[in-house]
Amino acid sequence: MHKADKKRVVVIGGGAAGLEAAGQLARAGCIVTLLEKESETGGHVKNWYHLFPDIRNSDEVLKYLVRQADHGNITVRTGVTAGSLEKNGKSVIVKTSRGERIISDAVVLATGFDLFDSRRKEEYGYDIYHNVISSADLEVMFREGSVKRHDGEIPQRIGFVHCVGSRDSKVNNLYCSKLCCVTAVKQAMEIKKHIENARVYCFYMDMRMGGALYEELYKESQESYGIVYIRGKVSEVSDNIDSRLIVKVEDTLAGRPLRMELDMLVLMAGMEMSESGMRLAESSDLQTAENRFFAPADHHFGSNRSNMDGVFYAGTCTAPMNITDTISHARAVVADVTDYFRNINA
Amino acid sequence: MKSEGKKRIWAEYQKEIADDHYFYVRSCIRQSFFPGSEQFFLHFLGDVLGKDIYENPSHTTCTGIGYHADVVPLSTIMTVIARHYALMKDAGYRHIVISCVTSFGIYTEIFETWKHFPEELEKTREYLYKATGREFDLPESMTHTSDIIYKFRNEIADRAKYRLVNHETGEPLNIVEHIGCHYSKMFPKYGVGGAEFPNVLGGMIEAWGGNVIDYPERRHCCGFGFRQYLVQANRGYSLSNTTKKFSSMKPYKPDLVLTNCPGCTMFMDKWQYTIREMEGTVYGENGESIPVLTYEELAGLVMGYNPWDLGLQYHMVQSEPLLRKLGIEYDPADKFKTKDGRQMPLPQNLINA
Amino acid sequence: MEGFGFSVLKERHINYDANDKSIAEYIAEREPSFRTCIECGCCSATCTTGAFTNFSLRELQILLKRGENEIAREQISKCMLCGKCILVCPRGVNTRNVILLAREAFRKLMKNEV
Repeated sequence: MHKADKKRVVVIGGGAAGLEAAGQLARAGCIVTLLEKESETGGHVKNWYHLFPDIRNSDEVLKYLVRQADHGNITVRTGVTAGSLEKNGKSVIVKTSRGERIISDAVVLATGFDLFDSRRKEEYGYDIYHNVISSADLEVMFREGSVKRHDGEIPQRIGFVHCVGSRDSKVNNLYCSKLCCVTAVKQAMEIKKHIENARVYCFYMDMRMGGALYEELYKESQESYGIVYIRGKVSEVSDNIDSRLIVKVEDTLAGRPLRMELDMLVLMAGMEMSESGMRLAESSDLQTAENRFFAPADHHFGSNRSNMDGVFYAGTCTAPMNITDTISHARAVVADVTDYFRNINA
Repeated sequence: MKSEGKKRIWAEYQKEIADDHYFYVRSCIRQSFFPGSEQFFLHFLGDVLGKDIYENPSHTTCTGIGYHADVVPLSTIMTVIARHYALMKDAGYRHIVISCVTSFGIYTEIFETWKHFPEELEKTREYLYKATGREFDLPESMTHTSDIIYKFRNEIADRAKYRLVNHETGEPLNIVEHIGCHYSKMFPKYGVGGAEFPNVLGGMIEAWGGNVIDYPERRHCCGFGFRQYLVQANRGYSLSNTTKKFSSMKPYKPDLVLTNCPGCTMFMDKWQYTIREMEGTVYGENGESIPVLTYEELAGLVMGYNPWDLGLQYHMVQSEPLLRKLGIEYDPADKFKTKDGRQMPLPQNLINA
Repeated sequence: MEGFGFSVLKERHINYDANDKSIAEYIAEREPSFRTCIECGCCSATCTTGAFTNFSLRELQILLKRGENEIAREQISKCMLCGKCILVCPRGVNTRNVILLAREAFRKLMKNEV
């Protein structure tokens, strides 16, 4: 095939989904332009420490992803935001933040997710009480090798609040973010590795362990790490005079409210449709679902297709997903894209 | 604690507070138990700031006590509120100022009910017209009296004779602010600063030089509750919640509790007496109880008004320890004298005095 | 002073920090499967004793874990050690051993025969 015959695909978003999709499309013979709004690719993965379920160092996954997109057919352009998509005959024109119009034969949206901003759950006092942190903050602490309170002390009693920004109609997120439960299990175990005698408590509504080896990890965390699970959603957090956190929670299985003092509280922030994805949905008439993520053309056999011909989805811009599923979803988009090219050529 | 985080929340919950031309509705409890508060409010707005504030003698109770005690039905209380709006319309006012937090909660609840169920509004119009021949308009703004004092907190600070600091040590006084549940827990948008970190009283305390205490049970209800106190056997629920709050604030050594709800002021004041009698527990320093004031009483003190003119002697917990800390001069002999100088009977066993 | 007709009520909270969790720790050290309970209630559903009295093995385990020992202690002797709970437990908790260890712990740690 001559270069002139090759199909041009723009992939929007340089996280796990975008890098994998770009790599697979390039290997399938497409000329790929990858747009990433940040100054470097890697998305959220580059902020994580170890990954469940096998406690692999996230750098390994990052290296794999970057290598995937290191291909002669791929041009990676960082610091570029896609403003809108426009159909022009069979082509899709991507208008960028720099005023360019990139003409392509297909577009893959891999705009990913934003972490829920924990400040929106005012009652937990994130960004007010010093030792209330988010799951993302804890990953940074793990990466830096130092889990400490604001006053420099090593925390001895650490709590995890599940479902922060998920399964919560008060913040307009009725859906489950799927990964926070297992992330809490993983982080609780990591805490025990960092702070040997720490007492760790997880406050959960349901333990949703629906991924390969998740339940096993959960059981291991109980049996070998002594993580204590308390079924009940924390309703309120406050600081006491010694700057310890007081949580209000019901132990729903004991049927009584429970009072506990903690040195540190970790909020398991959920996943939301990214702001950049939402802007694209609005500017380009892409359909979104009730949960604000992109609505796939079909839930069963069209999860990579959009309502616009030639525009496809990969990864967490359609729903919360773990890295494994994101990479699979990104690979699957290649089948839809190449199918599409075959059909328009025919 | 990060104050920037609180400021961010406060910026999200700023309400429109009218600048002038107020239609004022009184509180049953306030005018009975701490009458100096409403007196000062009217005096400050009318005489000091020169604002137009009007009250109509035909205004009645909002019937909130009966409503929360399940003896007044919703349709009745909506019609009573509609009648107040009719009085306001007749007098040519559009900004209602509500003196009681229970009433404020009822006004906001009904306002929202009418918004979401317009047929209820139409029914209420019909009931009121049939009963009284009156018609009404919805208000342009609904504010609580504490919103107004919050709005003019800096005007008060400008006229301050005393700052909320211990005049001997120069340290700011530690002040607990307690917000009535029905001020913003039902509708955070109607409260200055929202429901979790309200700033309506905190803003006053800061403007007047005090230190606001954030203690673990700050957001807990004072325990008041009409159903709880109307039936003697239920009063333990009310008392226990107040006890929970005071035990939680005690380590911070508060010099004062400031509240914006008549029920909270009354019960945080009076239950301190009860707990002391029942269990011998006091929550202030030096074996004293903690004075509980309204925001107008505190504003009056800051501006140098005579504490006995503000009616502080009618509280269960007396304010002398606070007055001494602030360096306010007062004459104990005048405490229970009428305005024309006659001696009133002296109460027995005053707390803190 | 008497005659108020009401009083300060005791809080219903589980005071986790103040409660003594040594019984639960004693059990967990010797029977780690005790920690893996997920509170499904399968044990209580099948329990011979629980069918006719207010005995719940699920609840008993959580009470011990929260240090509500006095309430738990009253319950322990109700178990007849039939072992049906072990057969049904999806987590493989050795519930009979949990009961035996609990009795032992009360005897040794609390000098307080069940």
